[in-house]
Amino acid sequence: MKQNAYLYIFIMFAVTYAIRVLPVTLLRKQITNRFVKSFLYYVPYVTLALMTFPAIAQSTSNTAFGTAAFAVGILLAWFHGNLFVCEIGCCLVVLILNLIF
Amino acid sequence: MQENNNVNFNSTSYRDPAAAWTVKKGIKDAFPVFLGYAAVAFSLGITAGSAGFTAFQGFLMSLTSVSSSGEYAGVLLYSENAGYLSLAIMILISNMRYILMSCAFSQRFAPDATLLQRLIIGFGLTDEIFGLGIMTPGYLKPSYMYAAICTAVPGWAIGTYIGVIAGDILPEILSQSLNVAIFGMFLAIIIPPGKKDKHVLFAVLVSFASSLLGTVLPVISSFSSGTRVMILTLIIASVIAVLFPVEEV
Repeated sequence: MKQNAYLYIFIMFAVTYAIRVLPVTLLRKQITNRFVKSFLYYVPYVTLALMTFPAIAQSTSNTAFGTAAFAVGILLAWFHGNLFVCEIGCCLVVLILNLIF
Repeated sequence: MQENNNVNFNSTSYRDPAAAWTVKKGIKDAFPVFLGYAAVAFSLGITAGSAGFTAFQGFLMSLTSVSSSGEYAGVLLYSENAGYLSLAIMILISNMRYILMSCAFSQRFAPDATLLQRLIIGFGLTDEIFGLGIMTPGYLKPSYMYAAICTAVPGWAIGTYIGVIAGDILPEILSQSLNVAIFGMFLAIIIPPGKKDKHVLFAVLVSFASSLLGTVLPVISSFSSGTRVMILTLIIASVIAVLFPVEEV
């Protein structure tokens, strides 16, 4: 059975909101534990990296196209760093490869 | 950052440093964020649509969650039909960084800020709105924050709505190309900080490799990709936090 989309949306909202609002309402203190601080510092990079690859390769009809977009995206991000340039660059790679092959 | 809070509020030349941070300025400052959000959320909408969300559901999700990585994680789990508990844990992990941000932000509230003000401003705590907020000299000015949040957040919701519709009507070749946009966005978020902090770069590269290994190794490859992301995030971030703790400040 397919999960209920509205319940999904509500859970996403409830958890996200709780994370954002609890520290500004309750804690009102800086986190001092060095491990916790370091862990929270690395988490976004790790999660986003895990969600990006190899998912990008699996999202295209030919895994080679997505892998090429991945490589181009990394280069653009490293040398240019702009969000839109990266997005459009990745899209163009897949579009062009799809048109050629 | 802390010194700003000690500005002498009674000095005649500089009475309230946040006085100029009005509703009008909030709208003006947040307008570029509105446009940027609309453009970025478009790619999220494409992904949400292919996972089975309707345009309205995408709009509602973005209006209430306002978080790119969390929403993407939710969409991913929805496409895998994961259970509600997995969803809650996954959202918690993918949005964990907001705990740090919210702790930092809590220092910028005036001591007499009401609970309602904290509840409303906390809702809009995205990277961009956080950026606008910490530019305010001294304490946060609620009217400025409300205006910025009300201006920027609709861009995120509208962009998602248009993205879901576009994914439906565009030819397959175009929607497949646009599907990778969200990954381009993630790369633009995680790669540039790696230039400044080699430990971040290391974390990102280890994550790419582990993620790929996770799809082929026995046992772990049998988990859904959402579960893999959760488990690997906890392991990798813990190990790297032990190996390379952040500098004490």
